[in-house]
Amino acid sequence: MIRERTLNGLVLVLLLAVPLWAMFNDQPFTITLATRAVIFALAAVGLNIALGLGGLVSLGHAAFFGIGGYAMGILAHHAQTYTPVMELPFLIEGTKSMPVIWLVAMVTSGIAAFLIGILSLRTAGVYFIMITLAFGQMFYFFSISWAAYGGEDGLLIYVRNDFPGLNTLVPINFFAICFTILCLVLLLNGLLARSPFGLALNAARQAPQRVQTVGLDPQRLKLVAFVISGVITGLAGALFADLNRFVSPTMFSWQMSGEIMIFIILGGNARLCGPVVGAVVFVMLEHFLGGLSEYWHIYLGALLLLVVFFARGGLVGLIAGREVAHD
Amino acid sequence: MSTILIIEQILNGLQSGIMLFLMAAGLTLIFGVMGLINLAHGSLYMIGAFAAAAVAGLTGSFVLALIAAMAAAAIAGVLVEMLVIRRLYATDHLDQVLATFALILIFSEGTRWVFGSFPLFLDIPDYLSGPVTLPGGIQYPFYRLVLICVGLLVAAGLGLLITRTRIGIQIRAGENDREMIAALGVDISKLYTLVFALGAALAGLAGALVGAIQSVQVGMGEPVLILAFVVIVIGGIGSIKGALIGALLVGLTDTLGGVFLPQLFKLFMEPSAAQSSGSALASMAIYILMGAVLIWRPTGLFGARP
Amino acid sequence: MTEPILATHSLQKSFGALMATDDISIDLYPGEIHAVIGPNGAGKSTLIAQICGGLKPDAGRVELLGKDVTLTNTLTRAKAGIGRTFQISALAMEDTVLQNVLLGAVGDIGSPWRFLRPVLNDGSLRSKAADALKRVGLQDHAATRTSDLSHGQRRQLEVAVALTLKPKAFVMDEPMAGLGAEGSKTLTGFLDGLREEAPILLVEHDMDAVFALADRISVLVYGKIIETGTVDQIKSSKAVREAYLGGDA
Repeated sequence: MIRERTLNGLVLVLLLAVPLWAMFNDQPFTITLATRAVIFALAAVGLNIALGLGGLVSLGHAAFFGIGGYAMGILAHHAQTYTPVMELPFLIEGTKSMPVIWLVAMVTSGIAAFLIGILSLRTAGVYFIMITLAFGQMFYFFSISWAAYGGEDGLLIYVRNDFPGLNTLVPINFFAICFTILCLVLLLNGLLARSPFGLALNAARQAPQRVQTVGLDPQRLKLVAFVISGVITGLAGALFADLNRFVSPTMFSWQMSGEIMIFIILGGNARLCGPVVGAVVFVMLEHFLGGLSEYWHIYLGALLLLVVFFARGGLVGLIAGREVAHD
Repeated sequence: MSTILIIEQILNGLQSGIMLFLMAAGLTLIFGVMGLINLAHGSLYMIGAFAAAAVAGLTGSFVLALIAAMAAAAIAGVLVEMLVIRRLYATDHLDQVLATFALILIFSEGTRWVFGSFPLFLDIPDYLSGPVTLPGGIQYPFYRLVLICVGLLVAAGLGLLITRTRIGIQIRAGENDREMIAALGVDISKLYTLVFALGAALAGLAGALVGAIQSVQVGMGEPVLILAFVVIVIGGIGSIKGALIGALLVGLTDTLGGVFLPQLFKLFMEPSAAQSSGSALASMAIYILMGAVLIWRPTGLFGARP
Repeated sequence: MTEPILATHSLQKSFGALMATDDISIDLYPGEIHAVIGPNGAGKSTLIAQICGGLKPDAGRVELLGKDVTLTNTLTRAKAGIGRTFQISALAMEDTVLQNVLLGAVGDIGSPWRFLRPVLNDGSLRSKAADALKRVGLQDHAATRTSDLSHGQRRQLEVAVALTLKPKAFVMDEPMAGLGAEGSKTLTGFLDGLREEAPILLVEHDMDAVFALADRISVLVYGKIIETGTVDQIKSSKAVREAYLGGDA
């Protein structure tokens, strides 16, 4: 058995090495695949903060993924058509600058997570699952009926957005941006899990009564976790839209929510790099099985059942064993 | 805007609501009795629709098609319960979500594999098609009226089953105290399979009935499933009465909102803007309704108070 | 005379026809251990829930340090100084013993909104936690997973978490339950010294412990307090004798 920390390092090194290899061997498609995996991983790391640490089974995280996507789509759409996003009460212009887009994506998905969280956290258990799912659908249908931004067809962005000092059209550069963000967020996640906040959140999941009796509010802890989680998934959405140079209501679909959750479970719930492993494996399955059979979802479904029944800790659990309590 | 239009739309809302009820009733029973969240319930709906379309295509009989729909969904339900779901009762909701999500993938792709990606069509039989004239001179499709009646009949039957029969007593007991009914000598795993089959058959019936006015295709079950979740959240998990009231509320809100909100917006906006913002708001109306109910009663209208 | 730290005045709570708490006035003075005993179903859990804020009384008041806290929730009362231990351990079972006590220390500083600095790098939190563990004798189990603790050790951990909060009053729900004779003796010794720090309202079944510890005992039967007094008074009380033995005698 390998220690989890070693495994995490190994995963990230591999994830970096493959696209570097692809760059030297002129395989841009492999780099795109790796970028896709990195972005999915980021979305799932976001969900993992709510799900793994906070025990919040959110089946509506596509809402934040989609909001991030549309934040990018809308800002870039206005920038490429030279129209303002709005003029009243004050002028907001579109933009092609990634950092600005990220900021907007994070703020808007944070606000959405706050509102959805406040309502959904009034309930628990299975209600929570259904309600988050329903709120996700709300955004889905809203985006479909929002004709100004393409409705069902979505928005096409012609040129990838800019990042100061980098040519983002070069695949490896965009990969580097996404990979750096993933590493930073993983670092943040690691710190969060060990911080007083993480400790309290972790306890709020297992024994909310206890948390109350030490004078901390478990609901508020969960709400903050939900917002942090939504912000990260929203950022991933903005990057995903930039990768595809396209946003559409599918980013809001409930299958998307399900897939983000699958990344986590495949890799290992509440494990730092679980979502990364899960996303990488998913993208590989999608690529190889998808190439093998049009009906690859059948195999994915079967694999998922096997994981649920026989590998509760996901792949990380299989390799690294039961989580060792932090020193 | 005429009274006739309003009445027509109310009937449409009732019809979609009552079909939602068939879905929601099964879901809420399964959750109430077994504590299981079943995402694959939409797949059973789809299976019902496909079975109906296939049998109608072979035999030309709509009644046989409906029977086939219920039978196919019930059989699929029993198989799934015995092979997969049974292992999930003792696990947490996360496992249930994932395993039943996996089932959706398998069912959807399996159906696509057997029937192909193109939608099938299930025709309304001649004796049920065409409009009828209601009192007040309103022309309304006969088939939709039949749907409302069938739905109400099923609701009444379900109500009787739950309150008046031995099985019903066991089901209610199972919702309250699992150990107790096991101690009383009820074969709990048989009861679970039965409840699951019943829920599945209702979903299959709904799929077939609705399949005749929409198209029968892969993925048709999931939007209905999510609406049924909204219904259950509004009505309160485990309550058949809640499912009925919630379903009608959702059906009416969705239908009426879609038609009247754009009209309403036209009163103070230019037509094209009113159309788009009206329908955008309408698409969110049931979720707003759900949010409002939740603020008022976190466990739904008829859900058990914690 | 000093003021009571914690007091209830004519608490009432009924569930339908069942009067679970009937006109209960009970108080806890600095430095004392006030035990509440009574047969099963006497309403002890309902009483604790009302004192700690989990259940709203139908009538009556709860006062902490002279302030009316009847309408506040568990959270506010915990912050105001009620240190509770549970009958059925409410601990983060997947976490280590140390982490559970650290939670108490975080609760004591009153803010969990510290996101980046590892809890284990915070010397003051750590020493508070280590202190509490040492006092209950769990210092060698800091790194043990809580689910691997014995029943008795979980009880000790419950007390340790409450210690970190430096409460004004302890409310302990059967801390001796499930402890062996040895464990029960150790904990009795420990609680004996604890009363100087903060008084203890002790709901307990273990009569040896109660008689060894209590300054005063209240006997709760069918939701009513039928007698309050010193150990000797209770031992010789006719009413108590009847209540406990009346049915069989």
